[in-house]
This record gives sequence, structure tokens and C-alpha cells, in this order.
Amino acid sequence: MVELLFWPALLAYGEAAVAYAGDARRPGSMGRLATWGVRIGWLVQTALLVAQAARAAAFPWDTWAGSLNLFVWLVVGAYLIWGCKPRFRLLGLVVMPLAALLLAISYAAGGVAGSGRSGYSTLFLVGHVGFVLAGFAGLTLAAALALLYLWQERELKRRSPTVLRFRAPSLVTLESLFGRTVAYSLPVLTLGMAAGFARLRHGSQLDPLIVLTVLTWAVFGAFLVLRFGAGWHGRRAAYTTLAGFAFVVALQLSLHMGHFA
Amino acid sequence: MSLVLVGTSHRLSPVEERERVAFDLAGAAALARGLALEGEAVCLSTCNRTELYLVDPDPEAAEARASKALLGEEVELYRMTDEAAALHLFRVAAGLDSLVPGEGEILGQVRDAFEAGARGPVLDRLFREALRVGKKVRTETAINESPASVSSAAAALAQQVFGDLSGCRVLLVGAGEVSELAARALAARGATIAAVTSRTQANAEKLADAFDARAVPFAGLGSELEHADVVVSSTSSAEPILSREQVPDRKGRPLFVIDLAVPRDVDPAVAELEDCYLYDIDDLQAVVRESLSGRRREAERAEAIVEHEAERFRDWQASLRVVPAIASLRERAESIRSGELAKAEGRLEGLSESERRTVESITTQIVNKLLHVPIVRLKQAAAAEGSGYVEVAKDLFGLPDDENADSRRKSRK
Repeated sequence: MVELLFWPALLAYGEAAVAYAGDARRPGSMGRLATWGVRIGWLVQTALLVAQAARAAAFPWDTWAGSLNLFVWLVVGAYLIWGCKPRFRLLGLVVMPLAALLLAISYAAGGVAGSGRSGYSTLFLVGHVGFVLAGFAGLTLAAALALLYLWQERELKRRSPTVLRFRAPSLVTLESLFGRTVAYSLPVLTLGMAAGFARLRHGSQLDPLIVLTVLTWAVFGAFLVLRFGAGWHGRRAAYTTLAGFAFVVALQLSLHMGHFA
Repeated sequence: MSLVLVGTSHRLSPVEERERVAFDLAGAAALARGLALEGEAVCLSTCNRTELYLVDPDPEAAEARASKALLGEEVELYRMTDEAAALHLFRVAAGLDSLVPGEGEILGQVRDAFEAGARGPVLDRLFREALRVGKKVRTETAINESPASVSSAAAALAQQVFGDLSGCRVLLVGAGEVSELAARALAARGATIAAVTSRTQANAEKLADAFDARAVPFAGLGSELEHADVVVSSTSSAEPILSREQVPDRKGRPLFVIDLAVPRDVDPAVAELEDCYLYDIDDLQAVVRESLSGRRREAERAEAIVEHEAERFRDWQASLRVVPAIASLRERAESIRSGELAKAEGRLEGLSESERRTVESITTQIVNKLLHVPIVRLKQAAAAEGSGYVEVAKDLFGLPDDENADSRRKSRK
């Protein structure tokens, strides 16, 4: 059953990625195909996660590959909130190939098949893993928006004749969106971290993953202070968001080191 | 009934010829009524074209009337009929025959001409379809999305920076026609023209009045820059009037500077400032060129839509040709049915009212079911093969010619 749901989800995400590329070349019906690919893929992946949860005796996404599966679902879900509007289709060109790739990696690493056995309670893992991954998903989306901002800003600065060919959101909209996305995502990440710290056994050592998470939190915390307190805007704000996202990538890559072991 | 189009456009005639056959809306309406006689007529007259669409049983006579009305001996005209005429109108409504592909004004002009014309079933359907096709092309392609002039390109670029322009404050430096055009394009997208400055204060005041803005002295340019989001500059100054040093710290707020002057008013170093976007006339013209080539690319997609819709219209028009034959066929069948019932009246006397209604209903249903397939086939064949099939049906069922059938129907009424 789970196998049957994985392939349609991957296919729909892949179709969305290809259709977004087609839409960037020639806006029109390809964009609508892409949007439907995202919607259908996300619904099928939701069914996949439900099937996994129903089959598992405990929290099914406590492995690196499993958490990647959940992470993809959260990123696409966050993108779906407003990303399907025609003006944001270029964002889909950033998000959907990444989603399709990560889902395929998750499958190859066994993230769709089942879960490892963790010594932690399901409630704790739902709170900790769920919130941390939701926070990361939001920060990933913020990074995609910042990337789109930098591209758009460069095109305008270079006075490229093709600047109006791609229907991207305005600079002001993108800047406001990636700032707000970080502002919403950081408290969610904080909740997840708090759940983790609360469960940290007395005398246990801080593993590198915890240190990286704290660093990520610090970078995005500094971003919010500078953005809303000191009036940081434009390229500097976008680069800071991307720097924070580099920590998110590092975190995702190092999760397989056995954080829940 | 045939559809006839006679007209001229910017593709065929120079303005000296076109202006001789140009009509205002009232004149176009009067001409259409005069030409319609017992048929239908619409006159579409814009600065780029004057076209007469006529529906008449005698297409040659209709064409002669239209040619005479458009000074056919002095002005070069094109003439089209039926499917070609429909395709042409669909292309016109879609903006594919316009100077700037996809321009939106033509759709309103087609609607006005249609509403003022002497309409009947064919032109009603034709123009409604044309308006629908025009909208469809603009919805399903990006033909009208990119700017086609320097001022609209400037406004579109400002939108690319700020998004919604409502709340954006525009400072006009120079009060000439170029500034005014750019200001109108920005105001049309919601921007507020906040201040106008010019070396000649009277000109600044005149333009400021037009936009309900403030006229400020030229010396106050630096302080006005602090409040502006968009600056449009088009003075005749030989030296730059806006240097990098004059631009105050934006504190993260973008500044979009449009330099429409030659020689340029704005020091190119202004573009190096963070959050500052400077476009001169060459940059804007490059954007317009690119967007026009984009419109032409989209026009290829639009042509396919228009051709498909013209085919649909042709099918509908062809189905009209079988209407008299179908009406005769139904009439004949009904007369046979009612005649046979009348003959059997003596044998049906004993039936109750409800039983009579049942007999009526059953015989009507039998006739309808027998006729259903031949009628559907007739309509399909008319669209695919022309009128040959209709003639065969008339011969097979012994139906009268269309004129005889019409006169018989009228005399019965």
C-alpha cells in the first residue's frame, strides 16, 4: 500500500517540477499543470504518511530517511498555502525539484518502508520532530523566497531586457514574505527545540546536531532582530536567510548520525 | 444567407486613405442601418481600420453596396466571405491584426460597433463569439501582459519593484509631455503623483494641477527625493541634474529612477547605490523590444485558438443551411401524423380524453424518434460536406425548395 502511494506522489512532484520549468519558458497552461501536480502529489503523500502512521506501532519518522519524508511533506504543504498563485510559480521551480529529489532520497534510504525502534515516547517525538521539521520546512521556504528575491533583484539591477518575461512577485513582496516566513517558523522551531531540551537526560552530552540546531536558531534569531529591530532589508537580509538555511541543510545531512539512537 | 466583409486597414491603406472612410460611432451605426436593408450589418471603424460586416441572401449585391459605401474605386479594400470573414473578425478581436499584437482597446471597439449595428441572428452570434474569442486569447496566452510602450514599461518595472503601486509616491522632474505620459501610466496603476518640479515653475504648476500634486521649486529636488519612491526625470538639461551624492540614505526603501531624458538627467553612478534601480531610455526601449517579441511569440499560440474557434463558427453557420430543410421535414411528418389521426377519427370516437392524449403522445413520439437520426445526420453532413446531403434529403422525402417552403409557412401564418 505504502509502495503504491510513494510512486504516484513522486511522479506528481516530478511532473510539477518539469511543468514549472516549462512554464518559466512559456507561461500558460504548463503552470496550471504544475499546480495540479503539486496538489495531487501532496494529497497522495498525505495518504502515504497516514498509511505509514497506521501501520507503525510507534512514531514512524524518527529515522533520518523517515524525517526527510515528513520534511518534504511539510515543505510542499507550506508552499501550497500561497505558492500556487501564478505570480509564485517561479518559486515552484525552486521548491518542487528539491521536493522530488528529497522524496526519492528518502525512499532510497528506506524512509518510506518503516521506522526504526526508538527509545523515546511517541508523544515526545511528535512534539520534538514534528515542530523542528515544521520549523525547518518554513525556513526552507524562506530561503527559496530569498533566492528568488536575489535573482529578481539582480535582473532589475542589471537592467535585463527580459526582466518582465518571467512573472515573479515584486521585490517588496518577496522581501516581506521571506521576513514573515522566518518570523513564523522560528517560534515553531523554538517549540521543537524546547521539547528536545526538556527530554534531554540529566548528564547526557550535547551531540553535534544539538549544537548545529542552536546555531541555526541563533542565525535566524539574529536575522529577526536585525530585520525588524535595526531595519535590515534587501540583499543583506536575503543573504542572512540563505546563510541560516545552510545550517538547516547541514542539520538534515547530519541527522543520520544517530540523534535518536 | 452569406456573411460578407469589406474593409480596409493599416495593413492595406495609408492614413490618408483610411481617414476618408473613418466614422464615429453614430456615423458607423447610421451606415450599418442604411446598408442592412432586410439583412444584417455592422460597421467597425477605428483609427486603424474600417470594416463592414453584412449578412445578405445575395452576397454579390451586399459586397457591391459595401464597396460603394467605402469608396471602393478610390480606397483599396479587402473582401472576404463566410469562414474567412469570421476568422478575420476573430483575429481582429484577439488583437492579432493590430499594430501592437494583443492590444486591449480593440475589444471594446468591436463591442461598441456590435451594439450600434443592425444585428440579426448571424452577426449576433458572430460578434458574441468574436468577443468571447478575444477574451479567451487574452486569458489563455500572455499576449497582452507585457508593456508595449516606454511609459508602460516604466510603470511595469516599478510594479516589479514595489508590487502594488498604491501608496507609492512619484516625483516628476521636468514637466514636459514625456513626463506626463509616464506619470499617466504610473497613475493608471495606482501610484500617487506627489510632486512635480521643473526649471520653469509655471510648467510644474500646470502639470501638478493635472495630477492634484504639489509643484515644488527646482532647488528643492534633493529634499523631495527623501519622500519619493519613484522618480521620473525628463528635462532638457545638458548636464546631469541628479548625482549619486544627492540621493539620501534610503534606509532599506527601494528607489526606482526613470531617466527619460537625452542627454541623460541622472548620473549613471546612482545605479550603484543599494536599493536604487535606474533605467534610462535605452534600457526601457530594450524592455519594450523584448516584450513585443514576447507578444509575437504568444501570437502564434493565439492564432491556433482563433483558427479553432473560426472552424466552430463555420460548423454553426453550415448547420443554419439545413434549418429550412429540417423545418420542412418536421412539417411534412407532422402533417402526415395529424392527417392520419383525422382519418381515423371515426374509429377513435369511443376513446376518453385521457386515451386520446395518449394516442397523440405516442404518435408524436414515433415521428420524433424516426426523424431524430436523419436530422442529426443532416446537421453533421452540412458541417462536413456542404449542401449536397441536404439536396439528397429533399429529394428522398419530397421536400419543397427553401423559398417555396418559406412562402407556404408565411401564408399559413
